[in-house]
Amino acid sequence: MNMHKYEKIWLWFGTVTLLVFLTVVGISAFYMGNQPPSCAVTIDPAKAAKEAPFNEPGLKQIGDNEYQLTVLASAFHYDVGEPDGIVEIPKGATVHISATTSDVIHGFELAGTNVNMMLEPGYISTYTNTFKNEGTFTLLCNEYCGTGHQTMAATIKVVD
Amino acid sequence: MKKTIKSVRSIATPDAKLAMAHMYVAFAALFIGATCGLLQTLERSGKFTIPGGFNYYQILTVHGVMLGLVLTTFFILGFMLAAQSKTAGSYSKGELRLAWTGFWMMTVGVVVTSYFILINKATVLYTFYAPMMAHPGFYIGLVLVIVGSWLIGFTVFKRHSRWRKENPGKKTPLLSYMAVITLVMWQIATLGVAASVLIQFLPMSLGITETIDVLVSRTLFWYFGHPLVYFWLLPAYMAWYAIIPKIIGGKIFSDTLARLSFVLLLLFSIPVGFHHQLTEPGIDPFWKYIQVILTMLVVIPSLMTAFSLFATFEARGRELGGKGLFGWVKKMPWKDVRFLAPFIGMVLFIPGGAGGIINASNQMNQVVHNTIWVTGHFHLTAATTVILTFFGIAYWLIPSLTGRKLTASLNRWGIIQTIVWTVGMLIMSGAMHWQGLLGGPRRSAYSEYAGNADTMAWGPYQMAQAVGGTILFIGMVIMIVIFIRLAFFAPKGEEEFPVATLSHDAGETPKVFENWKLWIGITLLLILFAYTIPFIDIIQNAPPGSPGFKLY
Repeated sequence: MNMHKYEKIWLWFGTVTLLVFLTVVGISAFYMGNQPPSCAVTIDPAKAAKEAPFNEPGLKQIGDNEYQLTVLASAFHYDVGEPDGIVEIPKGATVHISATTSDVIHGFELAGTNVNMMLEPGYISTYTNTFKNEGTFTLLCNEYCGTGHQTMAATIKVVD
Repeated sequence: MKKTIKSVRSIATPDAKLAMAHMYVAFAALFIGATCGLLQTLERSGKFTIPGGFNYYQILTVHGVMLGLVLTTFFILGFMLAAQSKTAGSYSKGELRLAWTGFWMMTVGVVVTSYFILINKATVLYTFYAPMMAHPGFYIGLVLVIVGSWLIGFTVFKRHSRWRKENPGKKTPLLSYMAVITLVMWQIATLGVAASVLIQFLPMSLGITETIDVLVSRTLFWYFGHPLVYFWLLPAYMAWYAIIPKIIGGKIFSDTLARLSFVLLLLFSIPVGFHHQLTEPGIDPFWKYIQVILTMLVVIPSLMTAFSLFATFEARGRELGGKGLFGWVKKMPWKDVRFLAPFIGMVLFIPGGAGGIINASNQMNQVVHNTIWVTGHFHLTAATTVILTFFGIAYWLIPSLTGRKLTASLNRWGIIQTIVWTVGMLIMSGAMHWQGLLGGPRRSAYSEYAGNADTMAWGPYQMAQAVGGTILFIGMVIMIVIFIRLAFFAPKGEEEFPVATLSHDAGETPKVFENWKLWIGITLLLILFAYTIPFIDIIQNAPPGSPGFKLY
């Protein structure tokens, strides 16, 4: 198969760039632990609201500047353990988020951060995030879940 | 005395009628789907309520089904039938019967599916969203569409193999070869969604089963969902490789490279679905990464394609006397819409492809997953690159099938259409990309959420999307008018069906490209490699099944 010299150069350049890129992605994922949420722990979606930790959603301190945030999603509401739907997190805190859904698929996106997970019935989604910046962040649903999909929201306040 | 001009079709009349039947459905779908698109962008601006008692998600379902499924599938199959008839010769009676059966199954399927969406019994968007449940009629309609498309696929396979029997030892026509590759990929990929509908959704919606495994349904869907986008793209590549060179007066750069890139696209289009499921909790990260690698391998045939196309352009431009590094650019036929529309499509595929690499990367996906960035992405790739190329095909294909002419005035309208579409899309898609980076979700009606400053700042972007959507709507109306004129009113005559020939120094094409057992075999092996272990894992570690919900 004869290829033009320029084409060979072009394809070599492209392939090498691709390999470098995939290596960077791989190192970031497996060595530095920047994995997408893949917890693979299961739960019976019908009983999720009665089982620990989802029977008591909300923020709990578990260590020095370390917290556990448990959220139960259902159509069309996030139960974050606070009646006003506002969670306050101290600035600089490391928060282990655990969330699941008791009905259909929901999204779990904290706008303006890297917290972005899918909540699938039967699975617990987990993600750890350190909140370095002060501010008010909206937690919202980014997976279609029915007519009230756009009304699903809660607020995370990172305070000094 | 008035001279009578004869109407000459570019292919056999029965074949032309078959291809045109597909085009009527495709452009009707464009009208309905793009009108829904306008309503959506207006609704999201917050200043407008959708009339007629329809809700946002119902309109969104129509938009996705009409444009993502109906417009694309019908246009692609019609184009392929015409291209194969032109290059491999007309269809036999038996082949025509098979294709017409397929066409009517698909059309009935579309009508049935649309009916259940319109009465609000199937507001599940076109990606299903298990455990959300729709009326069984919605799923039955979709099965008809898929099975109908298989019958047309078999027609194309039969014609190709008949050509090989009629011309032993000869190299097959390039367009026929490319059509076969595209439809082989389509048949293998649609098995996933067919299995999911027949084994999971239909029994559940009929009340035969009580629960559904959500992750299995999503895995089967995305096994199909990514090859679906290549199914849109490959026909555009067919036009870029084998038709555009003729329009600019040049030759195909290399037959071997064209076939090689199609084979590579077949191999690397299917075992990649996990990159749509990166943020799903139930899939092992190792297998996610394996499929990310397989996804990215598609970069290689894409780079080959880019090289071939621009080499063809440059060679032709220099032949016409273009001097210096970029002098050839001026020699391109910019005033010929058959070139301009697909060319803009090609150029916008560069940012479109780059966005795709971002979406499919483990970490960057986390930032944009399910945000309106993704919507912006496929409006650049599917709704600009692919659709502008399809429009570029339609300008000559429709009159050449109906025995009419693309007049200078319709050509001018085509150029206006191309510019309007490009401007509208850049505004809308650009605003979507930006809002997505800020976290704005896709597939959501207008909302002020908790009233916080972060989400309230998205208003201007949504307004820009409404402006872009309105311009696009105008572009769509222009296109529909051009289509109707080309199909029924343009002056009778003979419009060229451009098929490029091979450059002299292109060299021999190896016979191995026609070894279908080999390519299909490798495709299946790659699929088994990428899916077997994680799929067993998904089933073995499955949570209790989900009951169905209807929350719309």
